[in-house]
Amino acid sequence: MKVAADSFGGIMIDVKKHSAALLSLPFALVIFGFFVVPLCLVIMVSFWDYNSYSIIPDFIFTNYHDIFYGCVKSLPDLCTSFATYLSSLKFVFITWVITLIIGFLVALFLCFCVHSLQMQIVLFLLCTIPFWTSNVIRMISWIPLLGRNGLVNSTMQNIGLTDSPVEWLLYSEFSVILAFVHLYALFMVVPIFNSMLRIDRSLIEAAHDAGASSLQTLTSIIIPLSRPGIIIGSIFVITIVMGDFITIGVMGGQQIPSVGKIINVEMTYLQFPAAAANAVILIITTLMIIFAMTKLVDIRKEL
Amino acid sequence: MFGRGFTLSLSVFFTLFIVFLYGPTVSILVLSFQGPNGGLTFPMRGFSTFWFESLFDGVGVIDIWGAFGRSIRLGLVVMVLTVILSLMAGLAFRKRFLISSFLFYATISSLIVPSIVISLGVALEFRIIDDAIKVFGDNMGIQWVVDDFRTTMGLFSSGLGAQLTWTLPFGLLIMFAVFNRFDPSYEEAARDLGAGPWQTFREAVLPIIAPSLIGVALFGFTLSYDELARSSQAIGGLNTLPLELRGLTTTVTDPTIYALGTLTTAVSFLAISIFLILFALLRRRTNKPSSSKRSTL
Repeated sequence: MKVAADSFGGIMIDVKKHSAALLSLPFALVIFGFFVVPLCLVIMVSFWDYNSYSIIPDFIFTNYHDIFYGCVKSLPDLCTSFATYLSSLKFVFITWVITLIIGFLVALFLCFCVHSLQMQIVLFLLCTIPFWTSNVIRMISWIPLLGRNGLVNSTMQNIGLTDSPVEWLLYSEFSVILAFVHLYALFMVVPIFNSMLRIDRSLIEAAHDAGASSLQTLTSIIIPLSRPGIIIGSIFVITIVMGDFITIGVMGGQQIPSVGKIINVEMTYLQFPAAAANAVILIITTLMIIFAMTKLVDIRKEL
Repeated sequence: MFGRGFTLSLSVFFTLFIVFLYGPTVSILVLSFQGPNGGLTFPMRGFSTFWFESLFDGVGVIDIWGAFGRSIRLGLVVMVLTVILSLMAGLAFRKRFLISSFLFYATISSLIVPSIVISLGVALEFRIIDDAIKVFGDNMGIQWVVDDFRTTMGLFSSGLGAQLTWTLPFGLLIMFAVFNRFDPSYEEAARDLGAGPWQTFREAVLPIIAPSLIGVALFGFTLSYDELARSSQAIGGLNTLPLELRGLTTTVTDPTIYALGTLTTAVSFLAISIFLILFALLRRRTNKPSSSKRSTL
């Protein structure tokens, strides 16, 4: 069939190439119009000037300068920007570690402990269904459990663990991290599960026959071969948590700062160039984390 | 393959994970039937549909039913566009074309660039368009622009675009998975039997991939229906349900918000069920060597 197609000559193939490009055109237009162009605009406008009612085309670095104003001089005390980024990084790191552990163990269970395909599909769907419901609802669903008079507090008081309600359960860093894990653990489960499904079972049998323990099989076969899934899942979780302002807002009781929230607030005051400069720094930070992470994994493999 | 103890502890871990996933949601589903004197937390003080009735009467100044309708309509439009555009792009990506690798990386980036940045970018884009239209209208003396023009931002312009940057990458990735497993000999057989490109697509390719398209549709609708971060700055004057809900978390202090939560979760589950049933039906039809298929080929 391939030979026959080739024998039609170059023109035929060119037409096919163009029809492929044409087929992708509507998709490409949306991605360009609503992603590539807006992203370029963000970078461009981050160098613009603004006053209280309009944005002014310019090429200045004031917006960046304002973000880091006094930051180096005041070290070791943290300025607002550094403190905010550090707080976001802390959330990223803790959420990443927890979701990675959960995602890996859940995928491991689904892939190697459930033996019938039917059961695998059912249990996998069971994990994915919450992903298709509202994030806000999943956030507020913690209120009856963690609130001042919530289930956890009343239970602890009833069995005499504490005398007064524990305050840090809700609208705190704890509840923010809990919500992140609750919302995004699935983003780890799916890619890691996908990678594990591709692992050739005969490799594991061979390891077993050669006398490897479960732990050795895990560390020298399953974990290295799950690496692509682990990286994809990590990138998802890291970028979502890094740019978040909604979960931190709702679960942190609007008290905890985040980069996304700074951008959000600046936009409500129509300070678009300032918001754009913050957005550019947010993207750069996120890219650096992703880059560092993939490198880290690479280097350890080299050793 | 693992030891007994290890398998058992993994099963326990998985069970706890499921409880963790569903527990909180179940608790608000239960609490939405709280009695009229009950509050935001347990215990239940009676069992009633009082808070659903109060929801139907409206929540404060917010037009919750308007927001609900907008979310459903936007979700349906996003769903249709996601299915059609992802399918076309998926077909295109089976061959290399001029900008294929650039488009692929742009699509993946669209998935992982923080949502607030995309929302900001789309808002900026439409603001610049608005300014341009105003300047143009003033200079050309177009009366309605000078008098009435406010903004091009809205549910089905900037809002739709912002949500598509979230649903299209998922749609394309599903299409990749589909076509990676697709056996081209079906197409070749159709072509050998004299079918044109359109007939090959309609009668050989489409029936085989139809169940996966249902999957794309499910992603398109539910991701849009619950989308929040990308549309937050780019939706224009009228909010969708998730955006109104976010506002309500700080103002509503009675179980009405749980009733609303139960309702929107019910809509999500209804959508999931419909799509799963469609999926199963289509799956059965493709797997069965039906007589109708043979006759059309």
